[in-house]
Amino acid sequence: MHPALQGLITIIVGVGGCVGYFYFSNQILDRVLFPATGTNAGRNINRANQVRPWLFLFPALFALGLYLAYPVFATLWLSLTDRDQGGAFVGLANYQQMFGEPKFWEAMRNNMLWLIVVPAASTAVGLLAAQLTDRIKWGNIAKSLIFMPMAISFVGAAVIWKLVYDTRPADKDQIGVLNAVWLEFDGGVWSIICLQLLPALLLFVFAAFMAWLIYQAVKPLVRAEIGHRKASMWLTPLRIFFAIVGAWLIWLALGAILSIFDARLPYGEPQTWLTIPFWNSFFLMAVLVWIQTGFAMVILSAALRGIPEETIEAAVIDGANPFQIFFKIKVPQIMGTIVVVWTTITIVVLKVFDIVFAMTNGQWQTQVLANYMYDKLFRANDWGVGSASAMIIMLLVTPILAWNVYNARKESR
Amino acid sequence: MHATSSKKSPLVWAVHISVVLLVALWLFPTVGLFVSSFRTADQIANTGWWNALFTQERQRAPIRLSGDEEQQGAEFVIDGNLFSADDVVISRWGTSSLKPEDFEPGQVADLGDGVSLLVEADGAFRLSSPESFGDSRLPRVFTTAEAPPEFTLENYRFVLFDPNNREGMAKAFFNTLTVTIPATIIPIVIAAFAAYALAWMRFPGRSLLIAAIVGLLVVPLQLALIPLLKLHNDIGIGKGYLGVWLAHTGFGLPLAIYLLRNYMVGLPRDIIENARVDGATDFQIFTKIILPLSFPALASFAIFQFLWTWNDLLVALVFLIDSTGETTVMTKQIVELLGTRGGNWEILATSAFVSIAVPLVVFFAMQKYLVRGLLSGSVK
Repeated sequence: MHPALQGLITIIVGVGGCVGYFYFSNQILDRVLFPATGTNAGRNINRANQVRPWLFLFPALFALGLYLAYPVFATLWLSLTDRDQGGAFVGLANYQQMFGEPKFWEAMRNNMLWLIVVPAASTAVGLLAAQLTDRIKWGNIAKSLIFMPMAISFVGAAVIWKLVYDTRPADKDQIGVLNAVWLEFDGGVWSIICLQLLPALLLFVFAAFMAWLIYQAVKPLVRAEIGHRKASMWLTPLRIFFAIVGAWLIWLALGAILSIFDARLPYGEPQTWLTIPFWNSFFLMAVLVWIQTGFAMVILSAALRGIPEETIEAAVIDGANPFQIFFKIKVPQIMGTIVVVWTTITIVVLKVFDIVFAMTNGQWQTQVLANYMYDKLFRANDWGVGSASAMIIMLLVTPILAWNVYNARKESR
Repeated sequence: MHATSSKKSPLVWAVHISVVLLVALWLFPTVGLFVSSFRTADQIANTGWWNALFTQERQRAPIRLSGDEEQQGAEFVIDGNLFSADDVVISRWGTSSLKPEDFEPGQVADLGDGVSLLVEADGAFRLSSPESFGDSRLPRVFTTAEAPPEFTLENYRFVLFDPNNREGMAKAFFNTLTVTIPATIIPIVIAAFAAYALAWMRFPGRSLLIAAIVGLLVVPLQLALIPLLKLHNDIGIGKGYLGVWLAHTGFGLPLAIYLLRNYMVGLPRDIIENARVDGATDFQIFTKIILPLSFPALASFAIFQFLWTWNDLLVALVFLIDSTGETTVMTKQIVELLGTRGGNWEILATSAFVSIAVPLVVFFAMQKYLVRGLLSGSVK
């Protein structure tokens, strides 16, 4: 049968089946099981109304249970068993084996980098773009164009960026933009300004910003010790954790600044960007940042517009400059939205597979968890370790899942 | 606009310039692929696509002189033209591969033994020698010529319509379409009923269910791959369209229910209560009132699901594409091309653009609904 015809039949059967199911199950409920006539009419109507929601919900719940809830447990079980031994229970052996593999730790390290860089960069650039485009007349057009990569598949984006990163031998014209720009630098004053001073400055700003954030996070703790106010108990470990991560990032940033000035850059030689260990991960991240910035911009722009005018007017009257208005008035008011954007992008990052799969396939130390898992499942055919790495992804998602559920419960109350 | 802007502070100008730069930076990669898809393999390999829009100097392949010799006085002369086309203008020329740009048009080159060569800008040449050329090999001429911008649709013809191209996109395009449409429509129907129940019917455990759906929103589909593949194999679906439709339906449902419920909760209570009082059943209320009113939410989810299923690679790899490769989708096809034809940018760029084109059209046409869906999905 021709697939298109099969598709058409599926649509008809699927949609018709669903509508038919809902219609006839309602009919049966009202006419046969609990008819609204005779002696028990009142009680029957009540009973029918108690059953009806479950009729409406049944197909969805069934599909959700089978396709999302059941697999979580099935994967957990698979990660504790060995397929070669006929599915025998082996405890944590798969996890042990996985933790012994350097490829896994490479994937973990890269995933952590992705988790820090992509949400931070996308949200920051998105916020900047939102703030800038809201102030000009052709802002909506600009927004649409920045938002456009959202519609492009990860695979399509991979092709687009592979062209950007393409390399030709030194004696030929470069066809990749990045190499063409790179070869413009010759080690002169401008090269030092653009490639050493500017990145160092950016890293320094980042480190300073992190220091400020750490200060904000730790301040309540210090105050509480002095005895001004009690810090809420469950936030304390979170604050300490944040401070430690922040300190680590500052350490990394300062180390990077030193290495920037230490580095001898190979001017005049075309680079194969995707094979430079460590840095190639950043070239892959750029693709995801390119895609996700539009999303962050759209959401944050709506949040910025939702800020009450009075607060800004008051600040203007008090003589605040545009930067103060932005950082001290606007950003604090949209903090909730920033967190939502950040976590949403974090989820996308944890699941990122296509970009790495299409661009490097995890070679040259660019492995990430999702691709590692795919390798294990479908190349090495090792379901145990594959499932174990899937569980690691699930574990990383769980805090966000809990946070979302907690918020949803709070809202519905 | 200029008049008003210039009166304002320089900050306004800084904003305009920054936005222009940002947009340019964001567009640049895509434009590159788009332009490249209209260039020949030769052009792509030799110059950056950003040069494609301008007239540029390009070295042409060497041409060996040929022609019949003619005796003019004491000299033997061969006259002719290097090119059959008449719109080529040479800027430099030479006779050795080491110095391909040694001479200007109109200059006479001394080739030794009294042999001299004159090449004009339009390619006309005059080779003269005191002795007959006989059967000796005539010299080669290297030319550098101005090439006007040149674009071609040949790549698209090859990728889409060439029946001999086994790596073509035509079949993959229809396969993708076949995956996408049912995988978009079916979850909408199922989710709409569930969302109505969660929004407007009272029953115990409702808020718990809503929380569960919020939780399922972020469950990585990586976890579902093996258990479901096993399940599909056990119940006899195996790898194929049915499996991928079911999988996309399952994975799309949490977002669908969440978006639709959020929208339906906001519908005016009066309309629904009035209909109830008038004796409408829940089924009637749903089909006659709720569904038509929920069109914006339905549209935004439909766009999400369409983009997601069209652009998906992982689900198709796991649930659809078997070893025969008959059911390959475009994303998979492009990944294959990246492996086998990594250097053939004209094919890669064109194939990628074929797969990007449809989502881009949908995106620009229905952006309003997409943004609305995003906002109701995450700001709340």
